Amino acid sequence: MNDHSCANVSLEPERYELLAAPPYRFDLDRREFFKFLGAGVLVVSVLKPAIVAQESGGARRGRGDSLPKEIDAWLHVGENGKVTVYTGKVEMGQNIRTSLAQAVAEELHVPMDKIEIVMGDTQLTPFDMGTFGSRTTPTMNLQLRKVAAAAREMLIGMAAAQWQADRQELIAEGGKITDARNKRSLEYAALLKGQQLTQTVTAETPLIPAANWKVAGQSAHKVDGRDFVTGKHRYPSDQKLPDMLYGKVLRPPSFGATLLSADSQKAEQLGATAVHDGNFVGVAASSTELAAAAVAAIHAEWKSEPQPSSKELFDYLRKNTAEGKDPTGDGDRYDVGGVDEAMGTADHRLQQTYTVSYIAHTPLEPRAALAKWDGDNLTVWTGTQRPFGVRGQLAEAFRIPEERVRVLMPDTGSGYGGKHTGETAIEAARLARAAKRPVKLVWTREEEFTWAYFRPAGVIDVKSGIRSDGTITAWEFHNYNSGSAGIRTYYEVPNQRIVFHAVNSPLRQGSYRALAATANHFARESHMDEMAHAVKMDPLEFRLKNLKDERLRAVFEAAAKQFGWGKSKGDGQGFGMGGGYEKLGNIATFAEVHVNRKSGDVKVVRVVSAFECGAIVNPDGLRNQVEGSNVQGLGGALFEAIEFDNGKILNGRLSEYRVPRFSDVPALETVLLDRKDLPSAGAGECPMIGLAPAIANAIFDTTGIRLRALPLIPNGLKLS
Amino acid sequence: MATIRLTVNGKAYTIDAEPQTSLLSVLREQLDLTGSKYGCGEGQCGACTVLIDGKAQRSCVTRVGTVSLKQITTIEGLASGDQLHPVQEAFLEADALQCGYCTSGMIMSAVALLRKNPAPKENEIIAFMDGNVCRCGTYPRIVGAIQKAATAAPTSEAGKGAAR
Repeated sequence: MNDHSCANVSLEPERYELLAAPPYRFDLDRREFFKFLGAGVLVVSVLKPAIVAQESGGARRGRGDSLPKEIDAWLHVGENGKVTVYTGKVEMGQNIRTSLAQAVAEELHVPMDKIEIVMGDTQLTPFDMGTFGSRTTPTMNLQLRKVAAAAREMLIGMAAAQWQADRQELIAEGGKITDARNKRSLEYAALLKGQQLTQTVTAETPLIPAANWKVAGQSAHKVDGRDFVTGKHRYPSDQKLPDMLYGKVLRPPSFGATLLSADSQKAEQLGATAVHDGNFVGVAASSTELAAAAVAAIHAEWKSEPQPSSKELFDYLRKNTAEGKDPTGDGDRYDVGGVDEAMGTADHRLQQTYTVSYIAHTPLEPRAALAKWDGDNLTVWTGTQRPFGVRGQLAEAFRIPEERVRVLMPDTGSGYGGKHTGETAIEAARLARAAKRPVKLVWTREEEFTWAYFRPAGVIDVKSGIRSDGTITAWEFHNYNSGSAGIRTYYEVPNQRIVFHAVNSPLRQGSYRALAATANHFARESHMDEMAHAVKMDPLEFRLKNLKDERLRAVFEAAAKQFGWGKSKGDGQGFGMGGGYEKLGNIATFAEVHVNRKSGDVKVVRVVSAFECGAIVNPDGLRNQVEGSNVQGLGGALFEAIEFDNGKILNGRLSEYRVPRFSDVPALETVLLDRKDLPSAGAGECPMIGLAPAIANAIFDTTGIRLRALPLIPNGLKLS
Repeated sequence: MATIRLTVNGKAYTIDAEPQTSLLSVLREQLDLTGSKYGCGEGQCGACTVLIDGKAQRSCVTRVGTVSLKQITTIEGLASGDQLHPVQEAFLEADALQCGYCTSGMIMSAVALLRKNPAPKENEIIAFMDGNVCRCGTYPRIVGAIQKAATAAPTSEAGKGAAR
């Protein structure tokens, strides 16, 4: 069987995911719950050791212990029949508010519009490490299905007791328990009148098999979509409180600069509250415009240090390794067989270097926070993928206990891995404390480009040995800095040496959608193509010859079929493929490009993706994620790159940093393989990883030019 | 500081602002119309798009002092009571959004396009909408939604809101 089934291997931990502070111990006090929620039935979900082991077993057994072992979600069915679900996960466009509601509706047998999901509020929802790593569907979706199933079983039990009937005769349907034989039924609300019941779910609670799903497994529209098309939904940057001021922070002229002096007298003369605290200088004023004018009026002197530039980036990364300093404890090395001997006896040997640039997440909603103090208690509304992590950062920054900090995360204008940190929340809170009024701070686009963090740049060296018959015999892979997710090869190679080299990054770096897997797959899948050409084999045939994993073979074959791999090509037309395995999903991406031989213009004409992530929860939502991954992935593949010099970002505006637009989008075709026999996995990240190598391989196919750097064509293709 | 009269979504407002203040700031901060979004501040992303006398304009680079005699329509003024505009309906139907932050601007641009060109071809939609950015990558769905709105609604309906 394949070696990455869910039972055996954990989700690949991501080196640059910024992990949260130690888990919060939630005291479960029944009376407080019901005081807050009203009468009804309350089901809490606690991660049992058995589940922990299942989710984090295999190669990464040790990491399982760091998962919170207490409540991770709860569900309340009220005596008014309303279902409220509480989860620390957050919504930022991946549409889990919808898919989680589907899961609850499925198990509890209530219409979706009766379900409210409270998310990412550190006061109301259970601790959660954060929404990243495509974990919501494989973990939270499952937990919510279990609490909903337990609530259903309790309701059936209550009806059985009331009617003195055999519970096997009763069914839950449409928010009622029905006894078909005796032609009677009771609404959940009626059953729950005045009740205060609690239960803790166990791993053994029966679930409906995916093959029998009625609600889950069907496409569902965004649950609160109407609020988004009418402008009614309030994102973090739209939050407002009475007497609120607008904040603005004075930014240093370069990274790491130290403040020598600041004179904010003129800012205060404009009517702003100015704060100077260590390296922090900022203002709060009655409008964004006034705050900006006040900051501009501050006279500050800074001391800057010389820093590297993007021109020398890849040399710099190789020369500044930080061996042994990996804070995550991820394995840095993987060795099997004897690579050097196998390389020596191979019929063909290849050696190539691939690079990826820093890129910016560019979430359309920049970082934003609204902070309010009540005495020593702090409340912050902010756009973050880690509300509990940000709570910890705020508590630390202001030296107050976490219990005095509440972080709320209104559904946010995207993150893509770029909103793990709480700097905006801290800045807004610092200004609010000085102004003694609520302060909202929304970063400008330039601030977002400069003071957030980037997807890590990287250098990847690959060496390979191949027999003339197309069997890969040796594989050596060194990644400098870009990360270790997806670093191992899924092709069958008896002799491997795979090493990740941590580097002291010249820029602040962190998580990003699919992160390191994009770089590692770009290098590996480009190199696969190079090897296929070296032994004069068709790239698909070459991959399948060296690939045993059934799930990956299935997506490559499905995509090839849909694409029409092997069909004839016109002038300037090139075909290529890339694919792989990441975050429990399997993807194969085939691209068709057209290269204008006179101008060097490259147009990605058509992209076919075949994706498989176990049992599908929301088919149309899944399609939306696969399409979105391809569109967003086009930027990093073709033209996105952060340029920097001496501690400054040189292209930190949307007019200078090109992101994909309508006119860049190819025809997108998505083939979904629904494996109802396998657990559902997430889909926000994996579909992106095959695109860049597919395009690079297609460009080579028609031009003979091998591009080994992402982005591939920041300034168009230079034809020699 | 000057006193400026504005007509937004058919309603008259009198505000105090520097004439060079961006229309977007005034809408969001003074009128509490937060449906128009800040995305870049330089007219490059379209998240702040509103209709000014029926034409799609980037409110982040529009000075409030220049629009006092004009009809301004924001996303909040598009529906008639509970009745969504056909373009809003089409976006919902096609699930042409993920995080939805670009959606207001996309819808306002689309309404302006359909007013000018009630039956746009795909390449015309792409050309007109190219100044609006969706980072989640829902472009193909947005094109589909606009096509659907164009066929679903009589011309006057799809262009409505622009003409007020």
